[in-house]
Amino acid sequence: MALFKAREFLYKGFSTFATNTKICVVGSGPAGFYTAEKLLKALPNAQVDIIDRLPTPFGLVRSGVAPDHPETKIVVNQFTRVAQHQRCSFFGNIKLGSSISLLDLRDLYHAVVLAYGAESDRTLKIPGEDLSGIHSAREFVWWYNGHPDCRNLNPDVKATDTAVILGQGNVALDVARILLRPTPELATTDIANHALEALQESAIRKVFLVGRRGPVQAACTAKELREVLGIKNLHIHIHEADLVKSPTDEEEVKNSRIQRRVYELLAKAAASGPPHSDAGRRELHFVFFRKPEKFLSSVDKKGHVAGVRFEKTVLEGSIPGKQIARGTGEFEDLECQMVLKSIGYKSVPIDGLPFDHLKGTVPNVRGRVVSNMSGDSIQLEEGLYVCGWLKRGPTGIIATNLYCAEETVASICEDLDKRASSSSFSSSPKPGREGLIRALDNQNVRVVPFSAWEKIDSAETRLGSLKNKPREKLTTWEELLKVAME
Amino acid sequence: MSLFKLSRTAGVRMIKELFIGQFLHVTKATHIRGPFFKYLRPLPQAQVQMLQGFKWREQRLYSTSGPQDGCKEENDPKETISVTFVLKDGEEKQIQVPIGMSMLEAAHLNDIELEGACEGSLACSTCHVIVMDTDYYNKLEEPLDEENDMLDLAFGLTEMSRLGCQVIAKPELDGIRLAIPAATRNFAVDGFTPKPH
Ligand SMILES: Cc1cc2nc3c(=O)[nH]c(=O)nc-3n(C[C@H](O)[C@H](O)[C@H](O)COP(=O)(O)OP(=O)(O)OC[C@H]3O[C@@H](n4cnc5c(N)ncnc54)[C@H](O)[C@@H]3O)c2cc1C
Ligand SMILES: NC(=O)c1ccc[n+]([C@@H]2O[C@H](COP(=O)([O-])OP(=O)(O)OC[C@H]3O[C@@H](n4cnc5c(N)ncnc54)[C@H](OP(=O)(O)O)[C@@H]3O)[C@@H](O)[C@H]2O)c1
Ligand code: FES
Repeated sequence: MALFKAREFLYKGFSTFATNTKICVVGSGPAGFYTAEKLLKALPNAQVDIIDRLPTPFGLVRSGVAPDHPETKIVVNQFTRVAQHQRCSFFGNIKLGSSISLLDLRDLYHAVVLAYGAESDRTLKIPGEDLSGIHSAREFVWWYNGHPDCRNLNPDVKATDTAVILGQGNVALDVARILLRPTPELATTDIANHALEALQESAIRKVFLVGRRGPVQAACTAKELREVLGIKNLHIHIHEADLVKSPTDEEEVKNSRIQRRVYELLAKAAASGPPHSDAGRRELHFVFFRKPEKFLSSVDKKGHVAGVRFEKTVLEGSIPGKQIARGTGEFEDLECQMVLKSIGYKSVPIDGLPFDHLKGTVPNVRGRVVSNMSGDSIQLEEGLYVCGWLKRGPTGIIATNLYCAEETVASICEDLDKRASSSSFSSSPKPGREGLIRALDNQNVRVVPFSAWEKIDSAETRLGSLKNKPREKLTTWEELLKVAME
Repeated sequence: MSLFKLSRTAGVRMIKELFIGQFLHVTKATHIRGPFFKYLRPLPQAQVQMLQGFKWREQRLYSTSGPQDGCKEENDPKETISVTFVLKDGEEKQIQVPIGMSMLEAAHLNDIELEGACEGSLACSTCHVIVMDTDYYNKLEEPLDEENDMLDLAFGLTEMSRLGCQVIAKPELDGIRLAIPAATRNFAVDGFTPKPH
């Protein structure tokens, strides 16, 4: 009791009246786990359940972060400690919107935090986008990272020596690196086995990274760029003419440390030696000022992509950071049989959830879901919150979600305090975890608790150790659920 | 100086290589590592150090102890410096840090809430700290490219920013003050003169 008091004192100001608050977090990526962690700290009496549609936790840390970035994944240690906290539970294999509806979930908990990320893609809306051989980077990344939904993507890396990647963000660079990195270096990572085998037979020698704006506006960061530029035996091609900066560009590099450092790396790479052609060598071409106009279809392989037509662009606007690409009416074709669109992710709407279809996010004020915004009056969805990519859109690194979660959790705590002092709240206990399990049981949903994920984890690490890999991922739903239920 | 740098770069690379082979060990063992969170009971310091015997960690401590202080593999535990952390709410906490230890480790051993998502392997930027005094900032080794790359992404970056896991205690740093950035805080008024880059 004394201890309990002390804790209350420690977390003074935060909902000290709310006993047995039941909160459900949907999505177990960085946003979900950081939210849970902050909730557990801020609300000493809250019970926090994290649900995910996959049998495996950690979202894009498992299925997005590149296999050759093991250091980035160390954060799962911290997330594991959160999941093992006595007031926290993880339940996998529960999909919001099909295993349980949002309406039902909100009935079971005092608050629901949606952190289910962005699991679809922006589209270009240009002719030929559905030809075969064109994939979104999201699918390609899921494929090499062993996400069970893309186990059977089978991108054909054997039939072509050229791949075009549209976009120049960090995801584009990840994808380029995986295509170009010598496979012995990938063999000791946690890359999915099916992807490693395909890449070992890959015929791809040339990769084009195409951006609609210039090197000053490239969306990648220095770390990723330095890494791709440092790949062994890789020729980097950059047109020196593209490096010329306008006064607005100069202003941009002056104002942004990231842009400056990225530009400098590109300029240095362009300057370092003309490539002497050497058969079999791999090439990476940075192409700037080109926006995709249409995809060209193959004559002999019906329905397959044979290239991309680009329109040349110039930058318009004189406000630093706000320059946009305008087409010049000049076109250029680039032949290739594989295209990866890396132009951004997009969240998926769910029944009963307010959604901004244009931005692909949930309208919110500091994490509180907004149901109606007309004029000055804002109507909020009581007890419903968002965090992470679903809240902000698909940008930002893992750490960004930490600050994002701080904001959402602060809103939740404020609201709980308000509800508690209006006294209606304390008299309304919610079923929380037991209610959820009962509801899922009625639906015959097989829940995968954290202990079952730990079985998957140890099976994967055991399989990996046989091959000198940190883990060999299980990549089908069947395998994952079989090991989990053993 | 340049030798020092070299040894640090090599250290970083070694960590990376070790990680590729040893991810399993790290994942398995680290949950006992530190009094990271309030809800885990802190272990007495000696015990924590004993539990921390992971290869990559030894490697890093070893490689960062640098030629000028001599390779002190067996640090005299009494050789410490005083470090003050200015916490997010403005409260100050002074601690003693053994020579050779990173500020991230020191913070965790002393229950100071400094994030360290990648546990000191230069891959996250969450251990961002701001050196409160130019003189001390100038006594630090120049950040490596790898550190600058992560600093690019740090929340609330200033000219006096460093990554806590890369600042290693050495005698000249005795008395250093480090602020943990908070979203609500304006560092420009906290009384330091930014160092020109
Ligand atoms: C390819 C790629 C590589 C990246 N690499 C890095 C990197 O190296 N370093 C870095 O700092 N950042 C990196 N990022 C950014 C980082 O991954 C994101 O900032 C972060 O993962 C976003 O967190 P989130 O929790 O919002 O979404 P996510 O991580 O996507 O988590 C969403 C979770 O919700 C679950 N879910 C989805 N729909 C449902 C549903 N209907 N019901 C239940 N659960 C559902 C998903 O299974 C998933 O587990 C990368 C991003 C990508 C795309
Ligand atoms: N190692 C890491 O830290 C790491 C790794 C991977 C991902 N991430 C993070 O995850 C987030 C998502 O990455 P991302 O690469 O998907 O997104 P991103 O950084 O936003 O990049 C999107 C790219 O697509 C281009 N694009 C968008 N719409 C387009 C269109 N209609 N036509 C042509 N090009 C278009 C953009 O160009 P414009 O600039 O002209 O719009 C930009 O080059 C980022 O914040 C990233 O930093 C981090
Ligand atoms: S702890 Fe990740 S960079 Fe310092």
